[in-house]
Amino acid sequence: MVRGRYRVVHYLNQFFAQIGGEEKAGIPPQVKKGAVGPGIPLQQALGDEGEIVATVVCGDNYFGENIEAAAEAVVDLVAPHRPDVFVAGPAFNAGRYGIACGAACTAVMKRLGVPVVTAMYEENPGVELYRKEVFMIPAPRSVQGMRETIPKLAGFVRKLGLGQPIGLPQVDGYLPRGVRVHAFVERTGAQRAVDMLLAKLKGEAFQTEYPMPTFERIPPSPAIKELSAATIALVTTGGIVPRGNPDRIEAASASKFAAYSIAGTDDLTADAYQTCHGGYDPVYANEDPDRVLPLDAARALEKGGIIGRLHGEYYVTVGNATSVANAQRFGKAIGERLLAAGVDGVILTST
Amino acid sequence: MPVVHVASIVPISVTVGANRIVPAVAIPHPLGNPALPERDERELRLRLVEKGLRALQTDVEQQTVFDG
Repeated sequence: MVRGRYRVVHYLNQFFAQIGGEEKAGIPPQVKKGAVGPGIPLQQALGDEGEIVATVVCGDNYFGENIEAAAEAVVDLVAPHRPDVFVAGPAFNAGRYGIACGAACTAVMKRLGVPVVTAMYEENPGVELYRKEVFMIPAPRSVQGMRETIPKLAGFVRKLGLGQPIGLPQVDGYLPRGVRVHAFVERTGAQRAVDMLLAKLKGEAFQTEYPMPTFERIPPSPAIKELSAATIALVTTGGIVPRGNPDRIEAASASKFAAYSIAGTDDLTADAYQTCHGGYDPVYANEDPDRVLPLDAARALEKGGIIGRLHGEYYVTVGNATSVANAQRFGKAIGERLLAAGVDGVILTST
Repeated sequence: MPVVHVASIVPISVTVGANRIVPAVAIPHPLGNPALPERDERELRLRLVEKGLRALQTDVEQQTVFDG
C-alpha cells in the first residue's frame, strides 16, 4: 500500500503568522492556507513525507483572555483539515504564546484524538501548565533559536505523522511528562541500583531511574536577638488537630492546613486533641499530643520568661505524601499569616 | 522570621531545604519518648524545645543541623 503524505496543521500567534505585533494581539482564531512563517522551514524539514495543509492563527491576547473558548475555536478550525499531526509554535519564552500552544495542543488532542507536539523554552509558563499532557520539545529562550529548534520539531512531527512509537524523553528529545511506563528489563532493580552506586563511586556517568524533585533554596533568616521579647509560633506537619478533626485535614496528600487557638491551653490532652496523620503509628501522639506539638514545654518557657510570648494559635497540616506544590503553598500562606501577626520565630515539628 | 525544623528524619529536612534543623526523637513521637516516666519525658521535651530556641537565636549562613 502506498501511503499518502501525512497532513499537518500548524498553530502560530499573530506575530509569527506575520499579521502584526502587539497591535494585532487581539485577533480571534483564523485559518491561513498552507505553511506560514516558521511553517516554511518546518515544511522544508519535513520534505515530501508530510504536508502542512493549514495554519491556524490567533492573537496572543485573544487567546490569553479566553483560553478555553479560544482553544475550542482553534479545534473547530483545525478539524475540517483532518490532520494526522497538530504542531504549535515554537513559542520560545513568550508566556502568552506558550500557554496558547499548550492549550491548543491539549484541546486538539482531546477533541480530535490527533497527536500533538509543541516547542518552547523550559521556563515558559506553558510548560508547567501543559507538559503532563503534551509532547514539548525544549527550545532556547529567544527566536534566535529558531534554526536549531525547527529540525528537532520536524523530527518529532515526522515520528507522529508516520505513526512511529515515541520513546523515552531523553531518547526522543522532549520534556518529561512524568508518565510511568511498564517495561521488562534484564537486570533486577537491586542489580541496577548497585550498578549505579558503583558508577557513582567511580565518578562515572549514570542515569537515575527516579529523579528526585528539586526543592527551592531559601536564604536563612537572621537570628532572633532578644528571645525574652520574642513571639514564637508552633507549626507542625504531624497532624495534631482538635478531636474529631473539624476541618477534615486529609490523612495523606493533604490539600489544606488549619490554624487552631491555644489561648488559655497549657497542655494538649488526649481527650481534646488527636493526630489525623495517616503515615505513622498514632498511638503515642493520641496518648499525648505534646509529643508532636510541644505546647506544654513552650508554655512553660513562656511562663518562665524565656520567650516573650507564645503565639495564640498553632498551624497544622499533614506531611504524608503531600505534594511539593501544596507544601510550598501552605508554607507560604502560613509564613505570611505569621509575619502579619508579628511572630518573630517558628518551631516547626515533623514526624 | 527564622524557622527551626524539629524533625525526626534529618536527611529529609536537609533535602527539602530547612536552614535550621534540630534532630527529634522518633517518627511517631518526635518530641517525646513513651518509654520514659512522665517527668523525664517532659524534661526531654523541654530540652528539645530549648535547643530549637537556641537554633532560632543562632545566625547561620547555610543549612545547619544543631545536633550538639
